[in-house]
Amino acid sequence: MKVRDLKVVLFALLLVTLLSLIVTHQAKAEGPRLVEITAKRFAFTPSQITLKKGEPVILRLKSEDVTHGFFMRKLKIDETIEAGKSVDVALTPDTPGTYTTICDHFCGVNHGNMNMTISVVE
Amino acid sequence: MKEVDRRKFMKIAGCSLGIGVLYSAMPLARARGEAGAFFNEMGKNSGEAVSPFTFLQLSDAHVGFDGPPDPLGTKAFERAVEMVNALPQRPDLVLFTGDLTHDTEDKDTHASRMRRFLEISKRMNVPMIKHVPGEHDAGLDAGQMYREFLGESYYSFDHRGVHFVALDNVSRAKPEVGPDQLAWLKKDLARFDKSAPIIVFTHRPLFDLKPEWEWFTSDGDDVMNVLAPYQNVTVLYGHIHRDDEHTMDQVHHYGARSLIFAFPDPEKTAQKKPFPFDKDAPFKNLGIRLVHESASGKPPTSTVSIEDVELTTREFMGINGINQVLKNFSL
Repeated sequence: MKVRDLKVVLFALLLVTLLSLIVTHQAKAEGPRLVEITAKRFAFTPSQITLKKGEPVILRLKSEDVTHGFFMRKLKIDETIEAGKSVDVALTPDTPGTYTTICDHFCGVNHGNMNMTISVVE
Repeated sequence: MKEVDRRKFMKIAGCSLGIGVLYSAMPLARARGEAGAFFNEMGKNSGEAVSPFTFLQLSDAHVGFDGPPDPLGTKAFERAVEMVNALPQRPDLVLFTGDLTHDTEDKDTHASRMRRFLEISKRMNVPMIKHVPGEHDAGLDAGQMYREFLGESYYSFDHRGVHFVALDNVSRAKPEVGPDQLAWLKKDLARFDKSAPIIVFTHRPLFDLKPEWEWFTSDGDDVMNVLAPYQNVTVLYGHIHRDDEHTMDQVHHYGARSLIFAFPDPEKTAQKKPFPFDKDAPFKNLGIRLVHESASGKPPTSTVSIEDVELTTREFMGINGINQVLKNFSL
């Protein structure tokens, strides 16, 4: 191999490495997918979300009125969303399925029916 | 003392008045020498001689609820009171396991509902009525109004040799008892022998019956761990508006019907939705639950049979039908 060809190969390798570093850095900067969920008596919005098995996500829970709960034992979620505030929940679901998640902080007359569905797919 | 079945001290003979369950703790003391000795032993443990008595559990009146699905308001509750007063044997005690009232953010309205609840419940011709709050009584104000009307939300007392424990799993807004109450419970039980008869009454189930419908207590396992050393524990609860019976680790858990509307079996339906109101059968699914010994002639600890008898429109209009039903009780 000529010296000139070697230089081209080395340059190409360097370029690939640099591009790879840039992509990795960008991925780290983006982090897990953010899913925003709003709680307001007596519903969560959206009422259904779909997550991928093994995909890290951040659920950003926000209350627009009173204090609410956000509970799904099988997903190990047990949060309190204080009135007017938000809280982040990191989640990497590992089992596909349909999970009914409830408000478990009593919030009024229709509290018992305040829930949403988290679907986890392959 | 050898391990004994708790049914030796509490035979459930009862009558769920839609509504609730009439328990009989009396049945064997006179009839069987063995059981009599057992009761005496229990008395030593609790500091009071155990003697036969009956009591009732009523639950979930939701005074102030005006439907749908149920436009009857307090009529089922008032009907239950009439049935209690028509019992051939007056019970010693009524336990009310929460949701006495339906919640409202208007404090004056909630207070009037509390007064209405007390007005109806005091018509019962019984010496003693005890309560615990439900989330509709206490969830919005951490139990403040409940305590103003009815006193402490968790406590204990002894009655004829049986130790009763009232637990509050609603006032923290979340479905939990909380560390303070757990510490209190442990201290409260410390004086008792492990064979003492203990009846816990609370609003929510202390186990994961259906968490997706909020039919659970998040620290229920902690409560049961405190109770675990005790051999004769029964838990009575409301909240689920339907009959339920579970036995776990030798502890028997009984859910009561409500006095307002009924929920379906969560194992058979996905959606938490009350049964629709049937004007031709206004107390459908609010009927009487009879739980009694098997007539098999076997020892009374061996089997318990359960029979549900629905209230009918005729019973709703008067008490003739009820009296007929009650005649069949062997209290």
